[in-house]
Amino acid sequence: MDKYEQALEKYEKLWIYFSLGMITVFIALIAYLMVAHGRTNPVGAGRVDVATVRTVGEFANPRVERIGEEYVAWVLAFVYSYAPAEMRFTAGRRVTFRITSPDVIHSFTILGTNVNVKVIPGQITEVSHVFDKPGEYLVICNEYCGIGHANMISRIIVE
Amino acid sequence: MAVKTVSKVDLYADAPEKKYTLYMVMLGFIALLVGGLLGPLQAFNYGGLDIYPLLQPLIQNYYQGLTLHGVLSAIIFPQLIAQAVMIYLPARELGLRPNMTLAWVSFWMALGGLLIAAVPMLLNAATVLYTFYAPLQANWAFYVGLAIFILSTWVSAFVLFEMWTRWKKANPGKITPLSTYMAVTFWLMWLLASLGLVVAVAVFLIPWSLGLIAGVDPLLTRTLFWFTAHPIVYFWLLPAYVLAYVTLPRLAGGKLISDPIARLVFLMFLLFSVPVGFHHQFADPGIDPFWKMLHTVLTMFVAIPSLITAFTIAASLEVAGRANGGKGWFGWIKALPWNNPTVLAFILGFLAFIPGGAGGIVNGSFNLNQTIHNTTWVPGHFHLQVGTLVTMGFMGTAFWLIPHLTGKPLVARGLALASLWLWFIGMLVKSFALHSMGLFHGIPRRTHIAGSPMAMEAYRESAAWMVLNIVAGVILLVALLMFFYVLFKTALQSHRDHSRVMDEVPFTQVMSGHEGSGLALLCERVWFWFAIAVVLVIMAYGIPLFQMFTNINPVPGMRLW
Repeated sequence: MDKYEQALEKYEKLWIYFSLGMITVFIALIAYLMVAHGRTNPVGAGRVDVATVRTVGEFANPRVERIGEEYVAWVLAFVYSYAPAEMRFTAGRRVTFRITSPDVIHSFTILGTNVNVKVIPGQITEVSHVFDKPGEYLVICNEYCGIGHANMISRIIVE
Repeated sequence: MAVKTVSKVDLYADAPEKKYTLYMVMLGFIALLVGGLLGPLQAFNYGGLDIYPLLQPLIQNYYQGLTLHGVLSAIIFPQLIAQAVMIYLPARELGLRPNMTLAWVSFWMALGGLLIAAVPMLLNAATVLYTFYAPLQANWAFYVGLAIFILSTWVSAFVLFEMWTRWKKANPGKITPLSTYMAVTFWLMWLLASLGLVVAVAVFLIPWSLGLIAGVDPLLTRTLFWFTAHPIVYFWLLPAYVLAYVTLPRLAGGKLISDPIARLVFLMFLLFSVPVGFHHQFADPGIDPFWKMLHTVLTMFVAIPSLITAFTIAASLEVAGRANGGKGWFGWIKALPWNNPTVLAFILGFLAFIPGGAGGIVNGSFNLNQTIHNTTWVPGHFHLQVGTLVTMGFMGTAFWLIPHLTGKPLVARGLALASLWLWFIGMLVKSFALHSMGLFHGIPRRTHIAGSPMAMEAYRESAAWMVLNIVAGVILLVALLMFFYVLFKTALQSHRDHSRVMDEVPFTQVMSGHEGSGLALLCERVWFWFAIAVVLVIMAYGIPLFQMFTNINPVPGMRLW
C-alpha cells in the first residue's frame, strides 16, 4: 500500500466520523426545536365517522369560537373548499384548529406560516398557531384531491 | 407454392441472460420515453402554461398526465432496470447463468402487470397519481396490474438468491464478490420493504375496488404505502450506486478505493432503508410524534451510506484522474474522460445528487419538513435524485450496456454527450425553480395551477420562477428526444461489430480488497444483518401499525376526476 492509498484511507475514516458527527448535531437540533417550537406539529385529536360528520358532532357546524384569550376553529376541508370559507382572528392570540374531511385526503396549509397539516377522512387533525402579523393569509390544499384541487383556496383575515 | 423455411439463428443461444437483460432494459426505457414525454407538460403547468386542452381526448386532464408521468418514469422504469442490472451483473461476476425460466417469468409478469395497469390509466379510470391514496379509488385493474408488476420483483429476488446459493455451494467459505454482495443486500432490503405495498394492495385496495369491502382506512393504507415508498427510492437508487461502484472507476481509468467500505454502505441500506417511512407522514394526524421522531433519527442514519458513497466515488474518480496523468488539486478533474458518455452521466448525476441529498436531510427533519411538505420543493428534490442521478446513471450505462448485449456499436456519441449535458442543465434549472417556489411561496406540488385562474392569481408572486420551469421543460424535451434517438438508432441498427463493443462487463479493480478484511467478514453474515433489519422495522412500525390494524376506520371510495 503506497502513501497515497494510506492518505485516502485516513481521509475516508475522517469523513465517516464527520458524517456521524454532523447527523448527531442535526438530530439534537431537531429534537430541541420540536420541544421548544413544535406546536405547529399536528396531533391526532380523535376520530369521526365520515358518514355522519357533516350532520352530527363538533363538525356539523364549522365555526370559530373565542374561548377566553384564545380561539378554537372547527374546520371542514372538503372537495373543493373549506368551511368556514373565511376566518377572522385577532393578531397575537393563539388559534387552535380542529380539522377533518368528509370525503378524501386534503391538506390545511396556511401560506406564510408553518401550519401545513394533512386532513384525513375519519381523523381529526389538531394544530395551533399564533398569527403575529395582521393581514390576509391564504389557506390552500396541497394534497391532490380531485379535478378541482387547484381551486381549493380560502382565506384567513388577521386583524 | 414453395415454402421456404429460414432457420432463424438465435443470436443469444450462448448467452440467454443477455437477451433477458436487453428486454428488461428496453422495456424500461420505453416506459421512460412515454413518461418522460409527459414531463415537460408538468414543467409547463408550473410555468402557467396549460397544454392539456390540446391533448384531448388522448389525455383528458392534467392529473391523468401526471399519473402516467409518475408511474411510468418512477415506478416502472427504475424497477425494470433494477431487474436487469441486479441479475445480470452478479451473473457475469459469478460466471453463472441465472435460472432462465424464472427470469422470463419475471419479465412476462412485469410486462403483463404493466399492460393491465396501463389500460385504466390510459382510459382516465385510474387518475390517482402514483401515490394512489385512498379514498380516491381507481379501477381495480390499476391495483391488480400494479400488484403483478411489483410481485415480479419477488421472482427476480429468488433468481438472484438461487444463483448466489449455487455459487456459495461451489465456493464454500469464500467471501461473496462485491456486486453480488450488493445485489443480495439489495434484494433482501426490497423483500422486506415491499411487504407494505403488497399488503395495502392485496388485502385492502383490490377487494375495495372490486366492491368486496365497503371501505378502507386511509391512514392505514397511506402508512403501508410509505412503508414501501421510502425504501422504494433506494430500490431505484441502489442499482445506479452499484454501477457507480463496480463499473464507473474502471470506465474512468482508475480503481475503486475500498471494497469493504462499499459492502458497509450496502449493509447500511439494508438496515436503515425501511424503518423511515413516517418522515413522509410528519403532517399526518393519528401517528404519535414519538414514532415520527424515531423515524427522523433513523432517516438521518440512512444519510450516512450516501455520504460515504459521495466520498468513495469522488476519491475513486480522483484516482482515475491521476492515473490519466492529472496533477495538482484540480488537474485530475480535467484528466477525467469527459468524452465517455457513461462517465459523464455519472459525474453530472452525482453533482446534482449533492444538493439533492442536502435537501433530503431537510425533508427528513421533523421540524423543517413543515415548511416544504407537499410544496414544489419535493418534486424539485426527487428530480435531482431519481430524475438526475438515477436516470442519468441508467442512460449513461445504456450507452455501453446495449452495445455489450447486442454487439451493436454506439452511434452518434456526440449526440449522446449533448443529451446528457442538456438533461443535467434542464434538471438543475427546473429543480432550482421548484425548490424556490416551494420554499419561498409554498406553491403546492402536483396541482393544476395553469388551469385555474384562481390559483394563478394566488401564486402570482412566483411568476419569475415559473418562467424558468418553461425554459427547463423545453431543454429537457430536447434532451429526451436526443437521448432516445441515440438509444433506438443504436439498438435498432442491423450492424453488429463485436470488435467495437465491450465484450465483458467493465468490472473495476479495487485498491483495498476484501481479502483479510474483518469488515468484509462481518458484512458477509447477511442473514444475521437481515434479522437486525427486521427487528428495526418491528421497533419502528410494530406498535403504530398494530394500533392502526386494530382500530380500522373505514371510508368509502370516490372517483373525483
